Amino acid sequence: MDLLWQTAVNATYAASYMALIAVGLVMIFGVMGVINFAHGELYMVGAYCVVFLYAQENFPFLLAVAAGLVFVGIVGIVMERTMFRPLRDNPLGGLIASIGFLLILQTLAVFGFGRRMGHVPPSTQGKLEMFGAILTYQRLFVIVAAILLLAALWAFLRRSKFGRALRACAQDTEAASLQGISLNRTARVAMFIGAGLAGVAGALTAPLVSPTPYIGHSIIVTAFIIIIVGGVGSLEGAVIAAVLYAFVHTFVTTFFDGVVANIVGLALMLSVLVIRPTGLFGARERA
Amino acid sequence: MPAAKAAASIRRIAWRLRPVFLFAALVALPYLLSYSQQEIAVLLVVNVLLVSSYRLLTLTGEWSLGHVVIMGVGAYASALLAKQFGVPVPLSMLIGGGMAAATAAILSFPLFRMKGFYFLIGSFAAGEIIRLIWKRFTDPFGGPKGLKRIDPFPDIETGFLSIDFYEPVNYYFLALAVVSASLFVLYRIERSRIGLTFHAIHWQDRLAESVGVDTFRYRALAFVIASFFAGIAGGLYAHYVGAVNPTRFSVDQMVYVLVWAIVGGTATFHGPILGVVVLTVINEIVLRALGLDTARPLIYGAILILSVLYLPNGLESLGPRLQALWRRRRGGPAATGREPA
Repeated sequence: MDLLWQTAVNATYAASYMALIAVGLVMIFGVMGVINFAHGELYMVGAYCVVFLYAQENFPFLLAVAAGLVFVGIVGIVMERTMFRPLRDNPLGGLIASIGFLLILQTLAVFGFGRRMGHVPPSTQGKLEMFGAILTYQRLFVIVAAILLLAALWAFLRRSKFGRALRACAQDTEAASLQGISLNRTARVAMFIGAGLAGVAGALTAPLVSPTPYIGHSIIVTAFIIIIVGGVGSLEGAVIAAVLYAFVHTFVTTFFDGVVANIVGLALMLSVLVIRPTGLFGARERA
Repeated sequence: MPAAKAAASIRRIAWRLRPVFLFAALVALPYLLSYSQQEIAVLLVVNVLLVSSYRLLTLTGEWSLGHVVIMGVGAYASALLAKQFGVPVPLSMLIGGGMAAATAAILSFPLFRMKGFYFLIGSFAAGEIIRLIWKRFTDPFGGPKGLKRIDPFPDIETGFLSIDFYEPVNYYFLALAVVSASLFVLYRIERSRIGLTFHAIHWQDRLAESVGVDTFRYRALAFVIASFFAGIAGGLYAHYVGAVNPTRFSVDQMVYVLVWAIVGGTATFHGPILGVVVLTVINEIVLRALGLDTARPLIYGAILILSVLYLPNGLESLGPRLQALWRRRRGGPAATGREPA
């Protein structure tokens, strides 16, 4: 029973950072129609912001996390301006360019920090015990931050004028631009938010995962599974799918092993693709 | 002007003799290279087959991320057949290609329910599953360490002729022969009615369907043929290097295939070949000479981005573009620019 509870707690933690990553990827896809293959590397850059500022330069952890969000957001804006904007009519080109960008980010991380795992000391030692399961404050922190950030994003998209403009762009780019919405501005903001969410996820989990320059690979695989299962282009679907996938993956990992869990996750995605290509919660299809 | 006329006719003869020059260059090549460069040349020849078979698949407009894993299916199958069942090596390579094609045939049922981006991701998932199975099951696949001491290609020993395929030069000629034959078949397929149908499906799939083309079957056919040759490339790789492991067929390697195809340009048959040759030469000779080993992925990434942005039709489009520029400089169309083929 304890093991069951513990696994559920671990799954909740996994779900929260996966949701941040997947929602960011969906934001970028929704507004620009580009699949950002470098999304896992944006997570990696966020994690290295914490390695550098917190573990090496001894800035406060929270400050390092905030810096990670902003810095990776700016990297996102650079990607938008240099690659995705000129390739707006060429979604495959955008994807290929993001693969190129991924290689560049990886190499820069190797130059800056070496190939070996970066070590980040925990920012707090405390832990919570409930029903015999242990939740460290470090993990609790990720869960709380994810809920707050996603709630803030939801409020921004639903309540603010600019948020509505963003959603309009995601629904129909041409109609939105006819209404006087600046595509360049919405794309820039969507890219900042999407990249920033990946960066903040990396920054928050840096003390828990020991980042390497190549950590982005497993992250992007996970993110793809989640956005396919959730329905590409659906933010709510991405959150629900993140919870679903995190629970399946964590339980299979605990009771079988990690490789089997990966196979199950990929098989889940493949079966969703075959049976319902628009995802469990996706409404519309976008070419 | 008899001198100009003579020059023109010499040029025309030279143009006609292109295949002869190419053949001579390919035969002379290994003797101009160092030992380690000869080894690279062998792998380059294998990669030419890999990327050319990939192009056949892209003719139907679908981009797969599983092609390198399919190559791995050929490599693993051929290696296991030789190691466990003692199948003679040339035969095991053929069966390996067949296994790769069979895998593709099975995968085509789920995968070709999808198109475009969904196919890309679906092929990625299917490939990863296969790769994780190799990693998970130590028996017979060897787990994360893979298979080692794979039987080499048997030496040829007749009375007066003995060829040791452990020598890179000899394996280079073997690979060159196999790959040339494969490329010939791929080229003939593309120029056949089937190949034209692939093009039709890419550009006008609705129209093709409306005149009675079963697009599912043709997409699957392209996938199966491409996979067969990828499997052959895998067999050539496995019996040369002598070891295979799951990491060798990971998506990182797939990225390189994608880069070769896109930088070279997929509109023509020679585009991807040009891409793999040029990038391998840059990678192995220029970058190695400059001592920029760690920076290699960065430079590859930059080349990829720049070519998508500024050379969307690939290196193959560079020639005609430069020619057009040259003609404009000289003022008016010059008749000597290009000889009729």
